[in-house]
Amino acid sequence: MNVHDKYKPLSWWDKTYIPLVIDGLAVTLRHFFRNIRLHILNVIGIKTKERGAVTYQYPEEMRPLWPRTRTLHRLMRREDGSPRCVACMMCETACPARCIYIVAEERPEVQIEKQPKIFNIDLGKCVFCGYCVEACPEDAIRMDTGIIDIASYTRNGMLLTKEQLLNIEPKVENYVSRPDLMEGQPIY
Amino acid sequence: MQALAEAAGKFVFFIGLIVLNIAAILTWVERKQSAVMQDRIGANRATIFGIRMLGMFHMLADMLKLFTKEFFIPMGARRFVYLLAPMISLLFALVGFAAIPFGDTLILGGREIPLQIANVNIGILYIFAVLGMAVYGVVLGAWASNNNYALLGGLRASAQMLSYEVAIGVSLVGVIMVYQTVDLMEIARAQGQLLWGWLPQWGILLQPLGFLIFMTAGIAETKRIPFDAPEGESEIVGYFIEYSGMGFGMYFLTDFLETILIASLTVTFFLGGFQVPYLYADGFHFPWGQAILLPNIAVAALQFLSFLIKLIVLLFIMMAIRWTLPRFRYDQIMHLGWKILLPASLINILITAVVLTIIG
Ligand code: SF4
Ligand code: SF4
Repeated sequence: MNVHDKYKPLSWWDKTYIPLVIDGLAVTLRHFFRNIRLHILNVIGIKTKERGAVTYQYPEEMRPLWPRTRTLHRLMRREDGSPRCVACMMCETACPARCIYIVAEERPEVQIEKQPKIFNIDLGKCVFCGYCVEACPEDAIRMDTGIIDIASYTRNGMLLTKEQLLNIEPKVENYVSRPDLMEGQPIY
Repeated sequence: MQALAEAAGKFVFFIGLIVLNIAAILTWVERKQSAVMQDRIGANRATIFGIRMLGMFHMLADMLKLFTKEFFIPMGARRFVYLLAPMISLLFALVGFAAIPFGDTLILGGREIPLQIANVNIGILYIFAVLGMAVYGVVLGAWASNNNYALLGGLRASAQMLSYEVAIGVSLVGVIMVYQTVDLMEIARAQGQLLWGWLPQWGILLQPLGFLIFMTAGIAETKRIPFDAPEGESEIVGYFIEYSGMGFGMYFLTDFLETILIASLTVTFFLGGFQVPYLYADGFHFPWGQAILLPNIAVAALQFLSFLIKLIVLLFIMMAIRWTLPRFRYDQIMHLGWKILLPASLINILITAVVLTIIG
Protein backbone atom coordinates (compact mmCIF):
# COMPACT_ATOMS: atom_id res chain seq x y z
CA MET A 1 0.00 0.00 0.00
CA ASN A 2 1.25 3.45 -0.90
CA VAL A 3 1.89 5.61 2.16
CA HIS A 4 -0.01 8.50 0.64
CA ASP A 5 -3.32 6.72 0.61
CA LYS A 6 -2.99 5.72 4.24
CA TYR A 7 -5.93 7.87 5.22
CA LYS A 8 -8.25 6.78 2.46
CA PRO A 9 -11.28 5.05 3.90
CA LEU A 10 -10.99 1.28 3.57
CA SER A 11 -12.93 -0.31 0.78
CA TRP A 12 -15.54 -2.94 1.47
CA TRP A 13 -13.11 -5.69 0.53
CA ASP A 14 -10.39 -4.28 2.80
CA LYS A 15 -12.84 -4.08 5.67
CA THR A 16 -13.26 -7.84 5.69
CA TYR A 17 -9.57 -7.88 6.75
CA ILE A 18 -9.00 -10.80 4.37
CA PRO A 19 -6.56 -9.09 1.94
CA LEU A 20 -4.64 -7.54 4.83
CA VAL A 21 -4.38 -10.83 6.66
CA ILE A 22 -3.11 -12.49 3.51
CA ASP A 23 -0.59 -9.66 2.97
CA GLY A 24 0.71 -10.07 6.50
CA LEU A 25 0.89 -13.83 6.25
CA ALA A 26 2.80 -13.50 2.99
CA VAL A 27 5.47 -11.43 4.71
CA THR A 28 5.93 -13.69 7.72
CA LEU A 29 5.74 -16.91 5.74
CA ARG A 30 8.28 -15.59 3.24
CA HIS A 31 10.68 -15.03 6.11
CA PHE A 32 9.80 -18.43 7.57
CA PHE A 33 10.53 -20.42 4.44
CA ARG A 34 13.63 -18.41 3.56
CA ASN A 35 15.10 -18.95 7.04
CA ILE A 36 14.07 -22.60 7.23
CA ARG A 37 15.79 -23.19 3.90
CA LEU A 38 19.00 -21.56 5.18
CA HIS A 39 18.83 -23.47 8.47
CA ILE A 40 18.39 -26.80 6.71
CA LEU A 41 21.24 -26.03 4.30
CA ASN A 42 23.48 -25.23 7.26
CA VAL A 43 22.50 -28.35 9.16
CA ILE A 44 23.41 -30.58 6.23
CA GLY A 45 26.65 -28.69 5.92
CA ILE A 46 26.22 -26.40 2.93
CA LYS A 47 27.68 -22.96 3.52
CA THR A 48 25.49 -20.05 2.56
CA LYS A 49 26.28 -16.35 2.25
CA GLU A 50 23.35 -15.28 4.43
CA ARG A 51 22.53 -16.45 7.92
CA GLY A 52 19.16 -17.95 8.75
CA ALA A 53 18.94 -15.83 11.86
CA VAL A 54 20.45 -12.60 13.07
CA THR A 55 21.13 -14.12 16.50
CA TYR A 56 24.65 -14.45 17.88
CA GLN A 57 24.80 -17.14 20.57
CA TYR A 58 26.96 -14.98 22.76
CA PRO A 59 29.07 -17.07 25.11
CA GLU A 60 29.97 -19.57 22.40
CA GLU A 61 29.96 -17.17 19.54
CA MET A 62 31.43 -13.70 19.76
CA ARG A 63 29.75 -11.01 17.80
CA PRO A 64 32.40 -9.38 15.60
CA LEU A 65 33.23 -5.97 16.99
CA TRP A 66 33.20 -2.91 14.82
CA PRO A 67 36.76 -1.53 14.52
CA ARG A 68 35.91 1.56 16.52
CA THR A 69 34.11 -0.20 19.37
CA ARG A 70 35.48 0.91 22.74
CA THR A 71 36.44 -2.09 24.84
CA LEU A 72 38.47 -2.68 27.99
CA HIS A 73 41.27 -0.16 28.63
CA ARG A 74 44.94 -0.94 28.59
CA LEU A 75 48.03 1.12 29.40
CA MET A 76 50.76 1.20 26.78
CA ARG A 77 54.45 0.66 27.45
CA ARG A 78 57.54 2.34 26.10
CA GLU A 79 60.14 0.36 24.26
CA ASP A 80 62.04 -0.25 27.49
CA GLY A 81 58.91 -1.59 29.13
CA SER A 82 58.15 1.31 31.43
CA PRO A 83 54.67 2.81 31.22
CA ARG A 84 54.16 5.43 28.54
CA CYS A 85 51.96 7.41 30.88
CA VAL A 86 53.47 10.63 32.21
CA ALA A 87 50.89 11.10 34.97
CA CYS A 88 49.64 14.34 33.49
CA MET A 89 46.17 13.78 34.96
CA MET A 90 44.47 14.74 31.68
CA CYS A 91 42.45 11.52 31.60
CA GLU A 92 41.50 11.83 35.23
CA THR A 93 40.28 15.36 34.56
CA ALA A 94 38.40 14.39 31.42
CA CYS A 95 36.70 11.36 32.93
CA PRO A 96 33.03 12.17 33.42
CA ALA A 97 32.52 9.23 35.76
CA ARG A 98 35.55 10.13 37.89
CA CYS A 99 36.67 6.56 37.93
CA ILE A 100 40.38 7.11 37.26
CA TYR A 101 42.65 7.61 40.26
CA ILE A 102 46.28 8.55 39.65
CA VAL A 103 49.13 9.21 42.04
CA ALA A 104 52.27 10.53 40.34
CA GLU A 105 55.84 9.83 41.24
CA GLU A 106 59.17 11.08 40.02
CA ARG A 107 60.97 9.36 37.24
CA PRO A 108 64.74 8.88 37.26
CA GLU A 109 65.21 10.15 33.71
CA VAL A 110 65.50 13.84 33.12
CA GLN A 111 63.55 14.15 29.87
CA ILE A 112 60.44 12.62 31.35
CA GLU A 113 59.58 14.00 34.72
CA LYS A 114 56.77 11.84 36.05
CA GLN A 115 55.21 8.44 35.89
CA PRO A 116 52.18 7.01 37.69
CA LYS A 117 52.74 5.34 41.04
CA ILE A 118 49.11 4.33 41.26
CA PHE A 119 46.83 4.19 38.24
CA ASN A 120 43.42 2.73 39.08
CA ILE A 121 40.38 2.52 36.87
CA ASP A 122 37.16 1.53 38.59
CA LEU A 123 35.29 -0.27 35.82
CA GLY A 124 32.21 -0.41 38.02
CA LYS A 125 31.86 3.30 37.46
CA CYS A 126 33.34 3.64 33.98
CA VAL A 127 30.81 4.52 31.29
CA PHE A 128 33.11 3.58 28.41
CA CYS A 129 32.91 7.03 26.89
CA GLY A 130 36.50 6.98 25.68
CA TYR A 131 37.25 10.53 26.81
CA CYS A 132 40.34 9.32 28.64
CA VAL A 133 41.70 8.01 25.36
CA GLU A 134 40.90 11.27 23.62
CA ALA A 135 42.50 13.32 26.36
CA CYS A 136 45.78 11.46 26.63
CA PRO A 137 48.67 13.41 25.03
CA GLU A 138 50.98 10.41 25.10
CA ASP A 139 48.70 7.75 23.59
CA ALA A 140 49.33 5.93 26.84
CA ILE A 141 45.80 4.66 27.40
CA ARG A 142 43.83 2.83 24.75
CA MET A 143 40.48 1.05 24.59
CA ASP A 144 41.20 -1.45 21.86
CA THR A 145 41.67 -4.75 23.67
CA GLY A 146 38.56 -6.39 22.23
CA ILE A 147 37.60 -7.61 25.71
CA ILE A 148 33.97 -6.99 26.57
CA ASP A 149 33.18 -9.73 29.08
CA ILE A 150 34.05 -7.66 32.12
CA ALA A 151 32.38 -8.93 35.25
CA SER A 152 33.16 -9.66 38.84
CA TYR A 153 31.44 -10.90 41.96
CA THR A 154 32.80 -8.05 44.09
CA ARG A 155 33.20 -4.34 43.63
CA ASN A 156 36.89 -4.61 44.30
CA GLY A 157 37.18 -7.04 41.45
CA MET A 158 36.09 -4.28 39.09
CA LEU A 159 39.00 -2.10 40.13
CA LEU A 160 41.97 -2.48 37.79
CA THR A 161 45.39 -1.36 39.02
CA LYS A 162 48.35 -0.11 37.05
CA GLU A 163 49.97 -3.54 36.86
CA GLN A 164 46.82 -5.17 35.57
CA LEU A 165 46.24 -2.45 33.03
CA LEU A 166 49.78 -2.70 31.76
CA ASN A 167 49.60 -6.45 31.35
CA ILE A 168 46.26 -6.91 29.57
CA GLU A 169 46.50 -9.28 26.62
CA PRO A 170 44.53 -7.64 23.78
CA LYS A 171 42.18 -9.92 21.86
CA VAL A 172 42.33 -8.18 18.52
CA GLU A 173 40.75 -11.19 16.82
CA ASN A 174 37.42 -10.10 18.28
CA TYR A 175 37.47 -7.16 15.93
CA VAL A 176 36.49 -7.51 12.31
CA SER A 177 38.73 -6.02 9.72
CA ARG A 178 35.95 -5.68 7.14
CA PRO A 179 32.57 -5.48 8.88
CA ASP A 180 30.77 -6.03 5.60
CA LEU A 181 32.33 -9.48 5.36
CA MET A 182 31.07 -10.87 8.65
CA GLU A 183 30.93 -14.58 8.31
CA GLY A 184 29.99 -17.61 10.33
CA GLN A 185 26.77 -19.42 11.02
CA PRO A 186 24.71 -19.51 14.19
CA ILE A 187 24.75 -22.56 16.43
CA TYR A 188 21.52 -24.35 17.08
CA MET B 1 -17.49 -54.44 29.52
CA GLN B 2 -15.76 -54.86 26.21
CA ALA B 3 -17.24 -51.61 24.98
CA LEU B 4 -15.90 -49.86 28.05
CA ALA B 5 -12.42 -51.25 27.52
CA GLU B 6 -12.61 -50.20 23.89
CA ALA B 7 -13.62 -46.66 24.84
CA ALA B 8 -10.85 -46.48 27.44
CA GLY B 9 -8.31 -47.68 24.91
CA LYS B 10 -9.41 -45.12 22.38
CA PHE B 11 -9.34 -42.43 25.03
CA VAL B 12 -5.78 -43.26 26.05
CA PHE B 13 -4.63 -43.45 22.45
CA PHE B 14 -6.31 -40.39 20.99
CA ILE B 15 -6.26 -37.98 23.91
CA GLY B 16 -3.32 -39.24 25.95
CA LEU B 17 -1.02 -40.12 23.10
CA ILE B 18 -2.02 -37.86 20.26
CA VAL B 19 -3.76 -34.73 21.46
CA LEU B 20 -1.75 -34.02 24.61
CA ASN B 21 1.51 -34.67 22.81
CA ILE B 22 0.54 -32.33 20.01
CA ALA B 23 -0.31 -29.75 22.66
CA ALA B 24 3.12 -30.14 24.25
CA ILE B 25 4.86 -29.95 20.91
CA LEU B 26 2.83 -26.85 20.08
CA THR B 27 4.54 -24.99 22.90
CA TRP B 28 7.82 -25.79 21.19
CA VAL B 29 6.45 -24.97 17.75
CA GLU B 30 5.17 -21.66 19.03
CA ARG B 31 8.66 -20.70 20.18
CA LYS B 32 10.54 -21.98 17.18
CA GLN B 33 8.10 -21.01 14.46
CA SER B 34 7.86 -17.46 15.72
CA ALA B 35 11.64 -17.34 16.01
CA VAL B 36 12.19 -18.46 12.45
CA MET B 37 9.58 -16.01 11.20
CA GLN B 38 11.32 -13.17 13.00
CA ASP B 39 14.86 -14.16 11.90
CA ARG B 40 15.72 -15.37 15.38
CA ILE B 41 16.79 -18.79 16.63
CA GLY B 42 14.48 -19.24 19.59
CA ALA B 43 14.82 -20.97 22.92
CA ASN B 44 17.61 -23.56 22.84
CA ARG B 45 19.34 -23.32 26.19
CA ALA B 46 17.67 -26.22 28.01
CA THR B 47 20.02 -29.14 27.56
CA ILE B 48 20.32 -32.67 28.84
CA PHE B 49 24.00 -33.69 28.99
CA GLY B 50 24.80 -31.01 26.47
CA ILE B 51 22.27 -32.22 23.91
CA ARG B 52 20.11 -29.40 22.66
CA MET B 53 17.58 -31.14 20.40
CA LEU B 54 16.63 -27.79 18.87
CA GLY B 55 15.29 -26.60 22.19
CA MET B 56 12.83 -29.47 22.57
CA PHE B 57 13.78 -29.88 26.23
CA HIS B 58 12.21 -26.55 27.07
CA MET B 59 8.90 -28.41 27.15
CA LEU B 60 10.22 -30.60 29.94
CA ALA B 61 11.79 -27.66 31.72
CA ASP B 62 8.50 -25.76 31.58
CA MET B 63 6.57 -28.73 32.87
CA LEU B 64 9.02 -29.19 35.72
CA LYS B 65 8.88 -25.53 36.59
CA LEU B 66 5.10 -25.36 36.57
CA PHE B 67 4.77 -28.46 38.73
CA THR B 68 7.30 -27.38 41.32
CA LYS B 69 6.27 -23.74 41.57
CA GLU B 70 4.17 -22.64 44.51
CA PHE B 71 0.45 -22.59 43.79
CA PHE B 72 -0.44 -19.37 45.52
CA ILE B 73 -3.98 -18.58 46.56
CA PRO B 74 -4.43 -14.83 46.94
CA MET B 75 -6.04 -13.32 50.01
CA GLY B 76 -9.80 -13.10 49.76
CA ALA B 77 -10.04 -15.56 46.90
CA ARG B 78 -12.86 -18.10 46.92
CA ARG B 79 -10.67 -21.10 47.60
CA PHE B 80 -12.91 -23.82 46.21
CA VAL B 81 -13.91 -22.03 43.03
CA TYR B 82 -10.39 -20.74 42.57
CA LEU B 83 -9.06 -24.29 42.56
CA LEU B 84 -11.91 -25.62 40.45
CA ALA B 85 -11.87 -23.06 37.64
CA PRO B 86 -8.70 -24.13 35.80
CA MET B 87 -9.83 -27.74 36.01
CA ILE B 88 -13.17 -26.85 34.42
CA SER B 89 -11.31 -25.07 31.66
CA LEU B 90 -9.05 -28.02 31.01
CA LEU B 91 -11.85 -30.58 31.29
CA PHE B 92 -14.05 -28.96 28.66
CA ALA B 93 -11.13 -28.46 26.34
CA LEU B 94 -10.40 -32.19 26.60
CA VAL B 95 -13.88 -33.70 26.38
CA GLY B 96 -14.47 -31.90 23.10
CA PHE B 97 -12.17 -34.41 21.44
CA ALA B 98 -14.52 -37.25 22.30
CA ALA B 99 -16.73 -36.45 19.32
CA ILE B 100 -13.99 -35.94 16.74
CA PRO B 101 -13.80 -38.74 14.18
CA PHE B 102 -10.11 -39.50 13.75
CA GLY B 103 -10.81 -42.18 11.16
CA ASP B 104 -13.46 -44.47 9.76
CA THR B 105 -14.13 -47.98 11.03
CA LEU B 106 -11.21 -50.20 11.97
CA ILE B 107 -11.86 -53.95 11.98
CA LEU B 108 -9.79 -55.60 14.67
CA GLY B 109 -10.29 -59.27 15.48
CA GLY B 110 -13.76 -59.27 13.93
CA ARG B 111 -14.90 -56.21 15.89
CA GLU B 112 -15.86 -53.03 14.12
CA ILE B 113 -14.26 -50.15 16.00
CA PRO B 114 -15.22 -46.67 14.90
CA LEU B 115 -12.17 -44.42 15.33
CA GLN B 116 -14.12 -41.91 17.38
CA ILE B 117 -14.10 -41.98 21.16
CA ALA B 118 -17.81 -41.46 21.72
CA ASN B 119 -20.21 -41.95 18.86
CA VAL B 120 -22.56 -39.08 19.71
CA ASN B 121 -25.18 -38.85 17.03
CA ILE B 122 -25.82 -35.19 17.84
CA GLY B 123 -22.13 -34.39 17.54
CA ILE B 124 -22.49 -30.76 16.51
CA LEU B 125 -24.76 -29.93 19.44
CA TYR B 126 -22.33 -31.69 21.76
CA ILE B 127 -19.49 -29.57 20.40
CA PHE B 128 -21.54 -26.40 20.90
CA ALA B 129 -22.24 -27.42 24.47
CA VAL B 130 -18.57 -28.09 25.18
CA LEU B 131 -17.45 -24.82 23.63
CA GLY B 132 -20.15 -23.03 25.61
CA MET B 133 -18.95 -24.52 28.86
CA ALA B 134 -15.42 -23.26 28.24
CA VAL B 135 -16.62 -19.78 29.25
CA TYR B 136 -17.27 -21.00 32.78
CA GLY B 137 -13.67 -21.91 33.52
CA VAL B 138 -12.60 -18.45 32.49
CA VAL B 139 -15.29 -16.45 34.26
CA LEU B 140 -15.19 -18.47 37.48
CA GLY B 141 -11.42 -18.21 37.64
CA ALA B 142 -11.58 -14.48 37.10
CA TRP B 143 -14.29 -13.96 39.65
CA ALA B 144 -12.79 -16.16 42.33
CA SER B 145 -9.40 -14.44 42.17
CA ASN B 146 -10.68 -11.38 44.03
CA ASN B 147 -8.77 -9.11 41.68
CA ASN B 148 -10.24 -6.31 39.62
CA TYR B 149 -7.93 -6.85 36.68
CA ALA B 150 -8.84 -10.51 36.59
CA LEU B 151 -12.53 -9.70 36.81
CA LEU B 152 -12.31 -7.21 33.94
CA GLY B 153 -10.36 -9.75 31.91
CA GLY B 154 -13.04 -12.31 32.66
CA LEU B 155 -15.73 -9.90 31.52
CA ARG B 156 -13.92 -9.26 28.25
CA ALA B 157 -13.45 -12.98 27.79
CA SER B 158 -17.07 -13.90 28.41
CA ALA B 159 -18.41 -11.17 26.14
CA GLN B 160 -16.03 -12.18 23.38
CA MET B 161 -16.61 -15.90 23.66
CA LEU B 162 -20.39 -15.56 23.78
CA SER B 163 -20.39 -13.27 20.72
CA TYR B 164 -18.26 -15.59 18.67
CA GLU B 165 -20.16 -18.68 19.70
CA VAL B 166 -23.16 -17.20 17.92
CA ALA B 167 -21.14 -16.86 14.73
CA ILE B 168 -19.72 -20.38 15.10
CA GLY B 169 -23.19 -21.83 15.59
CA VAL B 170 -24.77 -20.04 12.67
CA SER B 171 -21.86 -20.73 10.32
CA LEU B 172 -22.24 -24.46 10.90
CA VAL B 173 -25.90 -24.41 9.93
CA GLY B 174 -24.74 -24.31 6.31
CA VAL B 175 -22.73 -27.49 6.87
CA ILE B 176 -25.71 -29.20 8.45
CA MET B 177 -27.89 -28.20 5.50
CA VAL B 178 -25.43 -29.51 2.94
CA TYR B 179 -24.71 -32.85 4.58
CA GLN B 180 -28.15 -33.19 6.21
CA THR B 181 -26.87 -34.60 9.48
CA VAL B 182 -25.52 -33.41 12.82
CA ASP B 183 -23.43 -36.53 13.37
CA LEU B 184 -19.74 -35.69 13.00
CA MET B 185 -18.89 -39.18 11.74
CA GLU B 186 -21.61 -38.94 9.09
CA ILE B 187 -20.41 -35.49 8.05
CA ALA B 188 -16.86 -36.79 7.65
CA ARG B 189 -18.12 -39.80 5.68
CA ALA B 190 -20.27 -37.64 3.42
CA GLN B 191 -17.17 -35.68 2.43
CA GLY B 192 -15.73 -38.80 0.82
CA GLN B 193 -18.32 -38.68 -1.94
CA LEU B 194 -17.46 -37.12 -5.25
CA LEU B 195 -18.94 -34.14 -6.99
CA TRP B 196 -19.42 -34.58 -10.75
CA GLY B 197 -17.55 -37.83 -10.47
CA TRP B 198 -14.09 -36.40 -9.71
CA LEU B 199 -14.11 -33.59 -7.14
CA PRO B 200 -14.10 -34.67 -3.46
CA GLN B 201 -17.08 -33.14 -1.73
CA TRP B 202 -15.14 -31.33 0.98
CA GLY B 203 -16.77 -28.67 3.10
CA ILE B 204 -14.36 -25.98 2.00
CA LEU B 205 -15.60 -26.37 -1.59
CA LEU B 206 -19.29 -26.46 -0.72
CA GLN B 207 -19.13 -23.88 2.06
CA PRO B 208 -16.19 -21.52 1.41
CA LEU B 209 -17.82 -18.63 3.25
CA GLY B 210 -18.76 -20.91 6.13
CA PHE B 211 -15.15 -22.05 6.32
CA LEU B 212 -13.84 -18.48 6.63
CA ILE B 213 -16.39 -17.56 9.26
CA PHE B 214 -15.81 -20.72 11.26
CA MET B 215 -12.03 -20.30 11.19
CA THR B 216 -12.19 -16.65 12.26
CA ALA B 217 -14.71 -17.26 15.02
CA GLY B 218 -12.81 -20.35 16.06
CA ILE B 219 -9.56 -18.44 16.47
CA ALA B 220 -11.48 -15.86 18.49
CA GLU B 221 -12.83 -18.69 20.62
CA THR B 222 -9.32 -19.82 21.52
CA LYS B 223 -8.58 -16.33 22.88
CA ARG B 224 -5.25 -16.10 21.13
CA ILE B 225 -3.78 -13.23 19.14
CA PRO B 226 -5.33 -11.41 17.25
CA PHE B 227 -8.26 -11.94 19.61
CA ASP B 228 -6.35 -12.03 22.87
CA ALA B 229 -7.98 -9.04 24.52
CA PRO B 230 -9.09 -11.31 27.42
CA GLU B 231 -5.50 -12.35 28.14
CA GLY B 232 -3.00 -9.78 26.92
CA GLU B 233 -0.33 -11.03 29.32
CA SER B 234 2.09 -8.26 28.58
CA GLU B 235 -0.03 -5.18 29.11
CA ILE B 236 -3.73 -5.37 29.86
CA VAL B 237 -3.48 -8.59 31.91
CA GLY B 238 -6.30 -11.03 31.87
CA TYR B 239 -8.39 -13.44 33.83
CA PHE B 240 -5.53 -15.69 35.00
CA ILE B 241 -3.38 -12.93 36.45
CA GLU B 242 -3.57 -14.37 39.98
CA TYR B 243 -2.81 -17.94 38.97
CA SER B 244 0.62 -19.38 39.47
CA GLY B 245 2.16 -22.82 39.23
CA MET B 246 -0.01 -25.55 37.80
CA GLY B 247 -3.16 -23.39 37.92
CA PHE B 248 -1.60 -21.16 35.32
CA GLY B 249 -0.23 -24.26 33.62
CA MET B 250 -3.74 -25.62 33.15
CA TYR B 251 -5.00 -22.39 31.61
CA PHE B 252 -1.95 -22.36 29.41
CA LEU B 253 -2.55 -25.94 28.30
CA THR B 254 -6.23 -25.15 27.73
CA ASP B 255 -5.21 -22.50 25.22
CA PHE B 256 -3.25 -24.99 23.18
CA LEU B 257 -5.89 -27.71 23.52
CA GLU B 258 -8.58 -25.32 22.33
CA THR B 259 -6.43 -24.43 19.35
CA ILE B 260 -6.14 -28.11 18.51
CA LEU B 261 -9.86 -28.64 19.10
CA ILE B 262 -10.81 -25.80 16.76
CA ALA B 263 -8.33 -27.05 14.18
CA SER B 264 -9.71 -30.61 14.36
CA LEU B 265 -13.25 -29.31 14.06
CA THR B 266 -12.27 -27.28 11.01
CA VAL B 267 -10.67 -30.37 9.51
CA THR B 268 -13.76 -32.45 10.26
CA PHE B 269 -16.27 -29.96 8.89
CA PHE B 270 -14.40 -28.35 6.03
CA LEU B 271 -11.26 -30.21 5.05
CA GLY B 272 -12.76 -33.62 4.51
CA GLY B 273 -12.12 -34.98 7.98
CA PHE B 274 -10.15 -38.19 7.73
CA GLN B 275 -10.88 -38.60 4.01
CA VAL B 276 -8.11 -39.14 1.52
CA PRO B 277 -9.35 -38.28 -1.99
CA TYR B 278 -10.57 -41.40 -3.84
CA LEU B 279 -9.87 -43.69 -0.86
CA TYR B 280 -12.82 -45.90 0.03
CA ALA B 281 -13.32 -48.64 2.58
CA ASP B 282 -11.65 -51.20 0.32
CA GLY B 283 -8.93 -49.10 -1.27
CA PHE B 284 -8.36 -46.43 -3.89
CA HIS B 285 -10.84 -46.06 -6.76
CA PHE B 286 -9.65 -43.36 -9.12
CA PRO B 287 -12.14 -41.56 -11.36
CA TRP B 288 -10.28 -42.81 -14.44
CA GLY B 289 -11.19 -46.36 -13.52
CA GLN B 290 -7.98 -47.58 -11.93
CA ALA B 291 -8.27 -49.22 -8.52
CA ILE B 292 -5.77 -50.17 -5.82
CA LEU B 293 -7.25 -52.48 -3.22
CA LEU B 294 -5.96 -52.17 0.34
CA PRO B 295 -6.64 -54.11 3.55
CA ASN B 296 -8.81 -52.45 6.14
CA ILE B 297 -5.95 -51.74 8.53
CA ALA B 298 -3.99 -49.87 5.85
CA VAL B 299 -7.07 -47.83 4.99
CA ALA B 300 -7.62 -46.92 8.64
CA ALA B 301 -3.97 -45.98 9.06
CA LEU B 302 -4.04 -43.83 5.91
CA GLN B 303 -7.18 -42.09 7.08
CA PHE B 304 -5.75 -41.38 10.51
CA LEU B 305 -2.54 -40.11 8.93
CA SER B 306 -4.48 -37.85 6.59
CA PHE B 307 -6.38 -36.43 9.54
CA LEU B 308 -3.12 -35.76 11.38
CA ILE B 309 -1.47 -34.13 8.38
CA LYS B 310 -4.45 -31.84 7.77
CA LEU B 311 -4.50 -31.00 11.46
CA ILE B 312 -0.82 -30.14 11.51
CA VAL B 313 -1.02 -27.97 8.41
CA LEU B 314 -3.98 -26.11 9.87
CA LEU B 315 -2.22 -25.67 13.20
CA PHE B 316 0.77 -24.27 11.34
CA ILE B 317 -1.46 -21.73 9.63
CA MET B 318 -3.16 -20.81 12.90
CA MET B 319 0.23 -20.31 14.54
CA ALA B 320 1.36 -18.22 11.59
CA ILE B 321 -1.74 -16.04 11.96
CA ARG B 322 -1.08 -15.73 15.67
CA TRP B 323 2.46 -14.46 15.02
CA THR B 324 1.51 -12.20 12.13
CA LEU B 325 -1.41 -10.09 13.20
CA PRO B 326 -1.52 -7.44 15.88
CA ARG B 327 -4.26 -7.56 18.48
CA PHE B 328 -7.69 -6.23 17.57
CA ARG B 329 -9.03 -3.39 19.64
CA TYR B 330 -11.92 -4.47 21.81
CA ASP B 331 -14.57 -2.57 19.87
CA GLN B 332 -13.16 -4.03 16.65
CA ILE B 333 -13.58 -7.51 18.09
CA MET B 334 -17.22 -6.82 18.87
CA HIS B 335 -17.74 -5.13 15.50
CA LEU B 336 -16.24 -8.08 13.67
CA GLY B 337 -18.27 -10.58 15.67
CA TRP B 338 -21.69 -9.01 15.56
CA LYS B 339 -21.68 -6.81 12.47
CA ILE B 340 -19.59 -8.81 10.03
CA LEU B 341 -19.42 -12.48 10.94
CA LEU B 342 -23.02 -12.89 12.09
CA PRO B 343 -24.64 -11.25 9.01
CA ALA B 344 -22.17 -13.06 6.78
CA SER B 345 -23.10 -16.40 8.29
CA LEU B 346 -26.80 -15.60 7.88
CA ILE B 347 -26.15 -14.73 4.23
CA ASN B 348 -24.29 -18.03 3.95
CA ILE B 349 -27.38 -19.89 5.15
CA LEU B 350 -29.53 -17.99 2.65
CA ILE B 351 -27.20 -18.76 -0.28
CA THR B 352 -26.94 -22.41 0.75
CA ALA B 353 -30.71 -22.69 0.99
CA VAL B 354 -31.27 -21.09 -2.42
CA VAL B 355 -28.65 -23.26 -4.11
CA LEU B 356 -29.94 -26.43 -2.45
CA THR B 357 -33.49 -25.60 -3.54
CA ILE B 358 -32.42 -24.97 -7.14
CA ILE B 359 -30.37 -28.17 -7.33
CA GLY B 360 -33.19 -29.94 -5.59
S1 SF4 C 1 36.07 5.58 29.30
FE1 SF4 C 1 35.19 7.47 30.10
S2 SF4 C 1 34.38 6.85 32.08
FE2 SF4 C 1 35.77 5.22 31.48
S3 SF4 C 1 37.73 5.80 32.39
FE3 SF4 C 1 37.71 6.64 30.33
S4 SF4 C 1 36.94 8.74 30.58
FE4 SF4 C 1 36.44 7.61 32.46
S1 SF4 D 1 46.19 11.37 30.00
FE1 SF4 D 1 47.59 9.72 29.34
S2 SF4 D 1 49.55 10.38 30.03
FE2 SF4 D 1 48.11 11.65 31.12
S3 SF4 D 1 47.74 10.52 33.03
FE3 SF4 D 1 46.20 9.82 31.63
S4 SF4 D 1 47.10 8.02 30.68
FE4 SF4 D 1 48.78 9.12 31.67
